[in-house]
Amino acid sequence: MENKVIICKGLTKRFGDFIAVDNITFEVQKGEIFGFLGANGAGKTTAMRMLCGLSKPTSGEANIAGFDVYKETEKIKKNIGYMSQKFSLYDDLTVLENINFFAGIYGLSDAEIKSNSQSLIESLGMQDLADKRVGSLPLGWKQKLAFSTAIIHKPEIVFLDEPTGGVDPLTRRQFWDLIYEASGNGITIFVTTHYMDEAEYCDRVSIMVDGRVEALESPSNLKKQFNVGSMDEVFYHLAREAKRGE
Amino acid sequence: MRILRFLLIKEFKQIFRNRAILAIILAMPVIQLIILPLAANYEVKNINLAVIDNNHSDYSRDLITKVTSSGYFRLTGYSQSYRKALHLVEEDKADIILEIPKNFEKELLTENQQQLFITINAVNGTKAGLGGGYISSIIQEYNNQIRVKNIVPDKFNPMPAIEITSSNWYNPNLNYQLYMVPGVLAMLVTLVGGFLSALNIVKEKEGGTIEQINVSPIKKYHFILGKLIPFWILGNVVFGLGLIVSWIFYGIVPLGSILLLYGFVVLYLLAILGFGLLVSTFCETQQQAMLIMFFFIMIFVLMGGLFTSIDSMPEWAKTVSRFNPVSYFIDVMRMVIIKGSTFQDIKPHMLIIICFAIVLNFAAVLNYRKTS
Repeated sequence: MENKVIICKGLTKRFGDFIAVDNITFEVQKGEIFGFLGANGAGKTTAMRMLCGLSKPTSGEANIAGFDVYKETEKIKKNIGYMSQKFSLYDDLTVLENINFFAGIYGLSDAEIKSNSQSLIESLGMQDLADKRVGSLPLGWKQKLAFSTAIIHKPEIVFLDEPTGGVDPLTRRQFWDLIYEASGNGITIFVTTHYMDEAEYCDRVSIMVDGRVEALESPSNLKKQFNVGSMDEVFYHLAREAKRGE
Repeated sequence: MRILRFLLIKEFKQIFRNRAILAIILAMPVIQLIILPLAANYEVKNINLAVIDNNHSDYSRDLITKVTSSGYFRLTGYSQSYRKALHLVEEDKADIILEIPKNFEKELLTENQQQLFITINAVNGTKAGLGGGYISSIIQEYNNQIRVKNIVPDKFNPMPAIEITSSNWYNPNLNYQLYMVPGVLAMLVTLVGGFLSALNIVKEKEGGTIEQINVSPIKKYHFILGKLIPFWILGNVVFGLGLIVSWIFYGIVPLGSILLLYGFVVLYLLAILGFGLLVSTFCETQQQAMLIMFFFIMIFVLMGGLFTSIDSMPEWAKTVSRFNPVSYFIDVMRMVIIKGSTFQDIKPHMLIIICFAIVLNFAAVLNYRKTS
């Protein structure tokens, strides 16, 4: 049990008549890189927001890092990092100021803030950019910075909502290097993506169609199961059954 | 406390980095305070007067001279008939018509009484009311003059008369600036505080940064305090600037204690900022927040007794103004600055504003949801 950091049973979210997330059940192991795939509008972001304590589930159960999503949202928030689809660092603050701010509100001590921000900037190779306003950085840099900021307090799990959308292939590769590094440090990664090459990097993936989890396996097993050569084809196979539009 | 420190550092950096907004926050009240009281003048001058003199006598000319030399009226028409004079009113060239009848002089002297006819364009109510008042009192004065001249003094039977001498307390010269400047300053502090706070949280919603805050373990009241304190300080600075401007430009020095004024303003700002924050928790875009604040601040200011006295409002409007924080602020400003009121005098106002501050800020914290 203690190796499972996300336990999700029959989790459902309705908005009126619309069932955004329909009775999803899965578990994520500690240290795993878990790919959360699905077409646009399949319900990935809604599901992720429920797991992060940003949105109350309509029904079902979920336990994140040992805490209940209904009663212990604030405890969950201490133990997770989150990087939303929309870039959400402060454009009018510098790189260093953003890092310091987020480290500060997660309750890190001054000494920790100093050493963590230093090593973060060094590992990203952003020494020259530390005093630049974030708004002036290219998107790729922003995304890498947002990821590093999301794990500045060394959470148990980090939730990434399409972190590499709109980013060039080289930066995407660098971004995945960061993800592997974090995973190596024991942080569980929960990531949504539309890039099927990225799905191959995951230990296990789930594929959501119309609010339901239709497949949940390692990429190689999925390919075997559907008897196809690539994740692209697995995805195509499942997603074309979708009734919901874009 | 530590978390609050980080929030405040961030908020202040953002405020000082946005030079354009900062300049507007500080310059706008100063400039408006210099312009508005000069323009918002209660005195009515330059009333356009059309005269129909059917008499053409010494007496009628004398009367016309008296009216035009009062300084309030400008003779813009000298018509032959009432119809022509009315035409001037329709064309907006005349505000008041004074018609002197044909036998004015003769009947005045033989029958000891005569009638004059005044027509007032009442589209602009204030101008009409005051203009009518002015001309009536000028005619009254003229009447007394000719009475003295024509009536044979009767030693044994003097006419009993009551003369009224009034003195204006607190504002002896009826200086309207002394009345307007404190009110305008109250309005400006309200505008700055209300809009800044209303737009700020919504800006974070639009930018998506609030999501990153909501997913962190920040307490709701930390976040609200982090927004409240910087604008509270800024509001106090604006108020101080306003006091300096009214001293330099209008020579207005509060008769009461400045400390007492500040004591009220610090509480008032908490209330109005709380209101702005509450509005921002309801809105998703800055446009929504802006329009809602416009709606409320217009009502607050126009029903707050800045231009028209609350005492002369209908009963329902008086009830509404009891829920209007601005009305208390304008009242206190005038009491302390013009009248020199003390703490005891404004204590009821203070208690009410404290209630506003508590209710509005609690509502803002409650309505700010980290989990939707």
